[in-house]
Amino acid sequence: MAEKVLMKGNEALAEAAIMAGCKYYFGYPITPQTEVAAYMAKRMPKIGGTFLQAESEVAAINMVLGVAACGKRVMTSSSSPGISLKSEGISYLAGCELPALIVNVQRGGPGLGGIQPSQSDYFQALKGGGHGDYKLIVLAPASIQEMVDLTFKGFDLADKYRMPAMILADGTMGQMMEPVSLELGEVKEYAKPWATTGKATHEGRNIINSLSLSPAQLEEWNINRYERYKIVERDEVMYEEFMMDDAETCVVAFGITSRVAKNAIMEARKRGMKVGMIRPITLWPFPKDALKKAASKVKNFLTVELNMGQMVDDVKLAIDCSKPVYFYGRTGGVIMTPDEVLNKLNEIEKGEAKQW
Amino acid sequence: MVVFEKTKGLTDNQLHYCPGCTHGVIHRLVAETLEELGVTGKTIGIASVGCSVFSYNYFNCDMIQAAHGRAPAVATGAKRANPDNVVFTYQGDGDLAAIGTAETVHSAARGENITVIFVNNAIYGMTGGQMAPTTLPNQVTQTSPYGRDVTVVGYPVKVCEMLSQIDGATYLERVAVNNVKNIRKAKQAIKKAFQNQIEGKGFSLVEVLSTCPTNWGLTPKAALKWLDENMETYYPLGVYKDKYKEEK
Repeated sequence: MAEKVLMKGNEALAEAAIMAGCKYYFGYPITPQTEVAAYMAKRMPKIGGTFLQAESEVAAINMVLGVAACGKRVMTSSSSPGISLKSEGISYLAGCELPALIVNVQRGGPGLGGIQPSQSDYFQALKGGGHGDYKLIVLAPASIQEMVDLTFKGFDLADKYRMPAMILADGTMGQMMEPVSLELGEVKEYAKPWATTGKATHEGRNIINSLSLSPAQLEEWNINRYERYKIVERDEVMYEEFMMDDAETCVVAFGITSRVAKNAIMEARKRGMKVGMIRPITLWPFPKDALKKAASKVKNFLTVELNMGQMVDDVKLAIDCSKPVYFYGRTGGVIMTPDEVLNKLNEIEKGEAKQW
Repeated sequence: MVVFEKTKGLTDNQLHYCPGCTHGVIHRLVAETLEELGVTGKTIGIASVGCSVFSYNYFNCDMIQAAHGRAPAVATGAKRANPDNVVFTYQGDGDLAAIGTAETVHSAARGENITVIFVNNAIYGMTGGQMAPTTLPNQVTQTSPYGRDVTVVGYPVKVCEMLSQIDGATYLERVAVNNVKNIRKAKQAIKKAFQNQIEGKGFSLVEVLSTCPTNWGLTPKAALKWLDENMETYYPLGVYKDKYKEEK
């Protein structure tokens, strides 16, 4: 068995990035992700990499763009308000078809919000954030081991599909400590003939650009990108099924919320309630088929989130509203207890709950 | 016999700039410099947003098109990733001195080993002639139709003077391209700004006073004169900082 070390989520994620071959990190301090920057500040000089504390999140994401254009693995991390500032740059990364890893250790919002855990940036990560037609690969870790594994995977997927990827974590994932294995295997190298490395190193001139004043050409770029997105949707969906074999109610939850829901489900099972869970690991691509399949077997869905109801819309869409969908959420940094989820499950069973 | 050839630092694409605009002259000076220094094969140019947004079509090197004001941040990333490449930005006054002021100041403060070509024509050209951070007091633009009233909208930003206070900046010079003598001086300054980078000397910025006949509402010839009579008095030409000269 692989040796395990006890690590804080933010630091484990940072180490995984280094192991994935990331030698460039640009960030700006913001709670609760600052340990990522602090860890990178210590480690990068030791491995011949670059750590730079930018003057703003806006500058940081554009430094990321500069490195990505040159074909090197690069990341930035922040928390909710900082991700809003990075959204312009994220749109440019998508428009320029550049791979990079962006980490959001979410906190409560909107505005300056708070510093406690939240999942209220689901819409921001999945439905845009920045302007224009684009998608991010969005990975949602539910343990410190997944902070490690999905960071490693995120770099690979970003390079493979030439698009930005995001780790959508939250304050608990960033701050919590758990034992992790750092045996991550080989880093796969991808050829980047498009990178701006000086035209002496390649045929013709390489131009990294998202601008076209020709509507027909811009439409073609978007259509081509969405053709690639279809491949991601076909090949890269990741999710976990928990006690779904005989389940009558399917809980849908990601990240820290899935851990709370798991406890509630185990308690429900003790009481003879047939509850299971589908946990999306990739929020995009969303596990639509798994949910659709579940819809043919279960009676109800309960989506549990640390927000006012965001992923729940995607659950309803995935199952074409074919079964009742319920929602339970806490927000602003409040984390629900397993008992609260259990109460909701009871309400659903008794027919007392209101559908979303 | 070939008497004069277009520089190989430029592509064969036709420039989109208005007749009489001096962007073309500045492009040529930068392109000649890249060719003369023998670095077109290892140069990465960063295009900005504004009239020079399409400069990636013209400079005969690898190019990255940056978001408005972010060129120095993109250049920071590119140069850190490829320290052996030559990295330059080409930015207008709105891009560099309004929306991108933070990126400008902090890339200078960090002493990034890059070259910044700053084209100051005192107006937003691409969007049709609005007030710029460098628009002169009383100058009429689309968004200062009664003339720039400094009691309401404040004063122009003098970039070279401001950056000269920053320890990280290596070389700052303001030049103009409104006559042959000034063009020759501008070429020397631009060449020095690239030479500095090649020698690892750090942040160099050349501010080039440029004309915008279309949005100034002047003929090309009158625009050159207007630059001479109005811009040069507010924005005096000269070297504002030369760290290595000071050390001699």
